[in-house]
Order: sequence, then C-alpha cells, then structure tokens
Amino acid sequence: MEKKILFEIKALYRDDFRVTGYSFGQGERAACVVGSMRGNENQQLYCCSQLVRKLKELEAEGRIHSGKEILVVPCVNPYSMNIKKRFWSIDNTDINRMFPGYDEGETTQRIAGGLFEAIKDYRYGLQFASFYMPGRFVPHIRVMKTGFEDVELAREFGFPYVLLHTPRPFDTATLNYNWQIWETKAFSVYTTTTEEIDRSSARQAVESVLNFLRKADVIDYDGFEGYVSKVVSTEDMVTVRNRSAGFFEGKAEAGEHVRKGQVLACIADCYEGEVIDEIRSPIDGTLLFAHAEPRVYQNTAVYKIIPEREEW
Amino acid sequence: MIETVVQVELPVDETLRIRRMRLQPEDGGNGRRISVVTGIHGDELEGQYVCYKLSDYIQKNMGCLRGTVDIYPALNPFGIDSITRGIPAFDLDMNRIFPGSAEGDMNEYLAAQIVRGVAGSDLVLDIHASNIFLTEVPQIRINELHADRLLPWAKEANVDFIWIHGASTVLESTFAHSLNTADTPTLVVEMGVGMRITQSYGDQLFAGIVHLMKRLGVWDGEDFDVRTPVVSADNDDVCFLNASASGIFLKSVNHGASLRAGDLIGRIVNPLTGEVIDEIKSPADGWLFTIREYPVVSEGSLLGRILYGKKDSV
Ligand SMILES: [Zn+2]
Repeated sequence: MEKKILFEIKALYRDDFRVTGYSFGQGERAACVVGSMRGNENQQLYCCSQLVRKLKELEAEGRIHSGKEILVVPCVNPYSMNIKKRFWSIDNTDINRMFPGYDEGETTQRIAGGLFEAIKDYRYGLQFASFYMPGRFVPHIRVMKTGFEDVELAREFGFPYVLLHTPRPFDTATLNYNWQIWETKAFSVYTTTTEEIDRSSARQAVESVLNFLRKADVIDYDGFEGYVSKVVSTEDMVTVRNRSAGFFEGKAEAGEHVRKGQVLACIADCYEGEVIDEIRSPIDGTLLFAHAEPRVYQNTAVYKIIPEREEW
Repeated sequence: MIETVVQVELPVDETLRIRRMRLQPEDGGNGRRISVVTGIHGDELEGQYVCYKLSDYIQKNMGCLRGTVDIYPALNPFGIDSITRGIPAFDLDMNRIFPGSAEGDMNEYLAAQIVRGVAGSDLVLDIHASNIFLTEVPQIRINELHADRLLPWAKEANVDFIWIHGASTVLESTFAHSLNTADTPTLVVEMGVGMRITQSYGDQLFAGIVHLMKRLGVWDGEDFDVRTPVVSADNDDVCFLNASASGIFLKSVNHGASLRAGDLIGRIVNPLTGEVIDEIKSPADGWLFTIREYPVVSEGSLLGRILYGKKDSV
C-alpha cells in the first residue's frame, strides 16, 4: 500500500487542503474507488475505510493480481467534513457539480480538476454516492446512460438492483458522468444511508466491491456471490408523494415488498396530532427508497417503488 | 393588485406564498406585459430597490400605464428572510430547478407555478446581484443560443455591458433559460454585490426598465435616455483573474476601472506572517467589470474579470 497526496491547496489559517489516495498493487490503472465528496457523507467515508482495511489484508496475502493497481480515495472534501458543512466551506459549491474540473478556475473546479487528473485513466471507476433526499435506500448500483454505460458489468456487484439513470442537465458535471465521457466504466454505489452509519450495509457494499474486483480480474477473493441483479430504469420507478405537510410516520421500510392499497405512511397535524393524510401504495412492488425525517413538506417524494413485473 | 402566484402549506402553522404586484390600467390595458423578477438568490438584494422604485413610480403615474407590469420581488422568500443564497432546508440553488414540475416536490412545484405566472410576458427581466464575493458593473448576460432575440432588448436596458456567453448544459435549468426556450424573452441582469443595495445602479436600471416599457407599448409616460453598452460576444476577450494562493485580498482599484497592462489590481496578504503573498496586476489594457469584494480568498477564488481592449470606461 502506498498513501499519497493526489491534490493539495495551501490554506491561510487551516491545515492545507489535501485529497489523499491509497494505492494497492502496481501496474495498469485497474480500478479507482472514491468515497465522500460532501461533508455529510459519513457512510461513504466509512465504506472506503473498510475497503482500505480489506485491501491491505488482501495485498499482504498477495491477492492483488500482478500488473493491476487499485486506488481508493476515501474523501475528496475533508474541509467540509471537519466543519460539518455539506458543501464547500466558503462558497457552498458542490465538488460533484464541478467535473471534469478546471485547473485555472475557481477553488472547487481546481479540486475536481486535480482529482480527475489523478483518477481519469482507470479502467473502472466506483463512487460511493449519496442522494440529496433524506431517507434510506435499498442498496443499488446506479449507472448513467451516456452511451458508454455497461449494465452487464454493473450486475457483477451482486446488488439487488441496478438502476439505469438518464442524465439531467446538472448530472453532466458529476464525476460518474465525466468518468464515462473519458471512457472509464463508471458505477455509483448506493448503500442505505448517508449521515448515519449503517455498518451492515457498509459491509455488504465492501463485499460487493470486492466481488466486482474479483469478477473484473483485479483480485483473488472468496466472497459472497450476491444477488442476481434486476435492472430497472429510473423512468420505470413510481414516486409516491404526500398531499399534506406534517409529522411523517413511516409504516414501511426500504426493501419491503408492498401491495397496492397498503398504507405506507401517515401524516399527522403538527399542532393537533390528528392523522390528516394516509399514503397508500399505488402498485405492487418493492420500496427502493423510504423518506426518513420527522416532518415533511407537501408533495415530497416519500417513497420510490420498483414495480413488480412478470418477467422478473 | 397583489396576487399570490403560488402557495404551499408548511408543516408548522405557516403558508409559503410567492406574490407579485400586478399593475395595469383599470380596463386591463392593451395586453402587452413586462415582468420584473428578482430574489431567486436570497443573498442578492439589488433588485429589491428596483422593484420598490418601479412600483412606487408607476403607482404615482397610473394614467400613463397602457399595459401590464408584473413585479415579483421575492421568488425565494425563505432565502431572503434568512440571508441564504439557496433554498434553506434543501441546500438547493433555486436557479437550478427550472422549469420545475407541477407534480414534483415543493420546490419543483413552486418553480413550475412561477414559470406559469411569468410565461407569455413580452419581456422579462431577472435581476441578480452577483453574490457576496464579487461586485459587478450593471450588465446583462445572454446565452449565445438566445442572442439574436435578446440583444436588441438588452441594448435598450441602460446597462454598461452585455456579455454574450457560451451555452452550457448545466445552465439549462435556470429560470431565464427555461423561459427563453419557451419563447418568453428573458434578460438576466447582474449588478452590484450581494447583501447590499447600490442605489445608483438601481436608479440606472430603473430608467432602463421604464425605457423598455415605453418601447414595448406598456408605458406612455416620460422616457429616459439610455447609455450605449459595451457588447462582448467573444469569450476570448474576457480575462478571469483567479487567486494564485489563499490569503486576504486587498483591492487597489474599484470595479469599472480602466486598466493599463501592469496596473496593480490588488494584493493577497497573509496577516499572520505580515507578508504579501501575491500582487495581482492587469495582464493587458482593459476594463475591470468585476472585482472581488469579499476579502477571504482560497487558491482559485475569482478576483476579477477584465474585458480586454476596452480602455475607456463607459
Ligand atoms: Zn443570482
């Protein structure tokens, strides 16, 4: 293992800003794994730390194939993590909206650019990603449709689901999108949580990444085989929204199989306690995402359901 | 007449309303409409003065009004109320969610209803104030995709500068882009600085808006002379000055300054060591239309923008 600084900015009063990478094995740039990019991505950071621990062991046992190198970048944004701010400390910009970056641009463009320069030539690019909505997910792999996506390969993680996602305008500045444009096979790995650490989900994610690296012929590993992934387009998912604002009481969890008409959640009036809205499932399916905050605004996407289908 | 464009109930005993002032003759007028919009970014307040001044002026001269003037002073009321650029609680830039969606979440729904309210105007002005970091001379920014249609209007708006910039996918979700794509001409004005009001700029833009109202047939009262703006359609003639190091930026000139190659623009200093870390000098003759106002900089922070070759300030 070699610990190295991938990008650095000298600071005025804080310690210098550093993006640190852990490199395992030597040779062809086989796989790069990126962890937290935002200050609240504890789970993503934790997943990387566990992966680094595992890869150290595997390297010591000589199980990284010769001629292959793996780079793990646990955190792209230690500054925001250390002050518990989600985005960049001074201007609130999001590094994951700055790719491919620009080395003569603004600070976060330089960070994105410096990182991208160091990681753009890997064959496989994996990112532990988070979603902007507060809640829990069924672990899944997300692949952006750019023309360079590889869905079959995404199934090698052995996650329950592979989600195919059509890029929206702002997606074009994300790491995943730009990796694919530069011909790295890119996958976003979603575990259950973001701020809160879910150790068992993290363990599963690390196993899946190792499983993938074995299938991709980068390491020797006897892990679990995982699931036979179902591939779903984000367009096929059904979003369930609440009509009223109030206290949110979820009655169904991510991963649960639900029937049409089943009560998924209740909304109660914040002053009087009465249930003012009952949210029912419009279809039979599996909950990919479940909202998890005490209160909700009107019309929040509180559940995302993968419809049940015959062919599965 | 004050109208609610969209409202949503919040969880705890509050209704969020986005409102506009609709000014029109009693008979409804000639059907022509100008919309003046501001406050998408809650920390940009220059538009507040313009909205106030325009509303006051028209209401004192209602007899001259022929069409409709819609004034939207606060598209992001939560942001303005809490000194927050984006939408608080969502950490979201409101100018990245347009055109929104009537079936979407609260913010997408707000965006969709705002677009519904404004769409169909003969002209829209979306007034921004840079951000808290930079001060700008009054200018209009136009996406090259919409330049043919917007440039003639922009030239009548009494701004100092028109910057036609390249298309960018990321900017497709702005308020102005959504409206321009939907055939409602929308000009983006940037002037002054965040969290402050520069009344002289507000007065200048106010005169431009009245002049545009006259041109549109919305207004039959007094007109104002407008200045001829500098137009830049070539991205290579704008130079960006970014900080070479982190430190405290001390500016030596103000925005709007005419510069000679080698003129000192500012210094980056280190108050801990007492050193000057860098001196920022103009790389060529030009016009400084943007300058850094906020002193704390990190490596890469934008310090200014220069339009090359434009020596005489307007
Ligand atoms: Zn703005």
